Amino acid sequence: MIRADAKVLLEVKGLRARVSGVEILKGIDLKVAAGEVHAIMGRNGSGKSTFAKALAGHPAYEVSGGTARFEGRDVFDMAPEERARAGLFLGFQYPVEIPGVSNSAFLRLAYNTVQAARGREELDPLEFDDYAREKMKLLDMDPAFLDRSVNEGFSGGEKKRNEILQMALLEPRVAILDETDSGLDIDALRVVAHGVNRLATPGNAVVLVTHYQRMLGYIVPDYVHVMEGGRIVKTGGKALAEELEARGYDWVRAAA
Amino acid sequence: MSAVGAKHPYIESLLRGYEMPRSGISWLNERRAQALERANALTVPTTRDEEWRFTDITPLTRVQFQPAAGAPRPAMADLSRFIVPEAAARLVFVDGAFAPALSVTAGLPQGVVVSPLAAALDAHAWEIEPHLARHAEYEREVFIALNTAHLRDGAFVRIARNRSHPAPVQIIHVSTRKEAAAYPRCLVIAEAGAECTLIEDYAGLGDAVYFNDAVTEIVAGEGACVRHVRLQRESGGAFHIATCAASLARNARYVSHTITLGARLSRFNLNVVQQGEGAEIEMDGLALISGRQLADTHSLMDHARPSGRCQQAHRCIVGGAAHAVFNGKIVVRPGAQLTDSAQQSRNLLLSDRARVDTKPQLEIFADDVKCAHGATVGQLDPEQVFYLRSRGLSTERARSLLTYAFAAELIDRIPVPSLVERLEETVLAQTQGNERA
Repeated sequence: MIRADAKVLLEVKGLRARVSGVEILKGIDLKVAAGEVHAIMGRNGSGKSTFAKALAGHPAYEVSGGTARFEGRDVFDMAPEERARAGLFLGFQYPVEIPGVSNSAFLRLAYNTVQAARGREELDPLEFDDYAREKMKLLDMDPAFLDRSVNEGFSGGEKKRNEILQMALLEPRVAILDETDSGLDIDALRVVAHGVNRLATPGNAVVLVTHYQRMLGYIVPDYVHVMEGGRIVKTGGKALAEELEARGYDWVRAAA
Repeated sequence: MSAVGAKHPYIESLLRGYEMPRSGISWLNERRAQALERANALTVPTTRDEEWRFTDITPLTRVQFQPAAGAPRPAMADLSRFIVPEAAARLVFVDGAFAPALSVTAGLPQGVVVSPLAAALDAHAWEIEPHLARHAEYEREVFIALNTAHLRDGAFVRIARNRSHPAPVQIIHVSTRKEAAAYPRCLVIAEAGAECTLIEDYAGLGDAVYFNDAVTEIVAGEGACVRHVRLQRESGGAFHIATCAASLARNARYVSHTITLGARLSRFNLNVVQQGEGAEIEMDGLALISGRQLADTHSLMDHARPSGRCQQAHRCIVGGAAHAVFNGKIVVRPGAQLTDSAQQSRNLLLSDRARVDTKPQLEIFADDVKCAHGATVGQLDPEQVFYLRSRGLSTERARSLLTYAFAAELIDRIPVPSLVERLEETVLAQTQGNERA
């Protein structure tokens, strides 16, 4: 929801980033205000995921220029964990498996770490279990996933649900969801999208990074940005996504 | 009998004052005499021996060990942290000597014997004779020879044919005395179709420098199943050299979990011989060491018969200036077709002074077999570290959690819940300690 008086949560200006010395992002500008849903679309290799990872602070992505401010703070001056505690969340395209760590222990540790950083109450294992089960209902997740190792042996859809579960628990101000729709069948997509919609509030914002329009049928974006060659080449409303679906990305390139 | 004539002054010192244990059992006297002869004839291994290339036992030979005797007895309270509540029977040895007051052997079902070896020798001689000192080769290995020459007592566990004894049997060797040498011994016989779980625990009270030279023999009859948890948590100054020899009959199953945490210098040889077709083996090994510890594991999986299956996972977590050694030998004898043996060695180095030497050794003399091995040595996976940091965990916390997980994966497979819990606490405390160090 676009509101003229909404607080700006994330403001990126002229962001450039390199991976293994190769410049992928060549000057990105993006302003995200509270209550908004943004979609960043683009073909594979356009730099969408690099943008998401650079904002989250992945060590392999070197920021070579530009600025990013998150609620007034310099993002690139913060360690990845500080960004997470401050409320910047990345939903991974490929969530990492961590054999040997139970999902419940991991989720509780993350939850309590973030709660403590925000000066809020931590939960003991029993309290957390109840809290997590409540959130899992939102995503139609089997509580048995709490007892399994983090993402180990999860199907693609289960991993993505687990990412959104983390979003639900950590209550970020800005959630960047990197290709959350990939690997989901149509039922899982509906459940995950529904969960994201429930988590979106006037106080936070969601940035969806996606290749396809299909998720945007469920989560209606306020802005659609098209990336091409490491830049945002076009910005529009939700109709732009439909147009992209109908006409393909070449059309934007030709028009840009 | 005196030990004059020992080749090496060190062996001589270990045999000083040696008196052949007296017993009326001639076959045992004979085996001890042969073992003594071998102890005198065999040399102390040096790093020039291929089997001891990375493990320099010179520090061990510098200490004058005395045979343990008359040691103060620890109270039950000192042992409580080692005791596994699930265990139905427990044998406790203090500095090598059986401690009846600390042990529990009553109320076992029919067909299950858990007893000190010396007390069992009369009633069970016919069962013991074919196996005692018949699987661990004192002819070839000086430390087995020393142990066997000193053999007077030990632990004896026997599960009768087709009996299942699901509650674990715990054997605790506690060491309390400075500069004492002890020779723990254990014989486990699971007859055909029998099932049991054995917990072998080597623990130190305090921080004394002592030497344990241990030998365990495990015999699994046709279709028998032996689960074997081995905990080495000796004191930080201790020396621990041990061999476990397991002999498996047709379709037997042997599942071992070896956890190495303690000792200044430790060497464990796990020799498994598949004597019958279709035996199934799982071997998990975990070494978690730091400081200046050295932990060496040598395993031998000998597929002497066809259709054996073995899954081996060995992991080392090495911090400080510690040094882990793993040598995993797999032998597939001629005719042992359809063997399926896989070995994986994974190692984490937590500091730049930590060291690991890992070596697979495959000797395959049959053509229709599947043998796989893999070894990795490295630091933590940066993608995993980033994932955890992206959820708010500090780098240190992420690293200690991942280190913990690396160990917990193997610990989780131990079939004794209270041990899993306690070991995971130990590992968590140690991994967090390592991160700070």
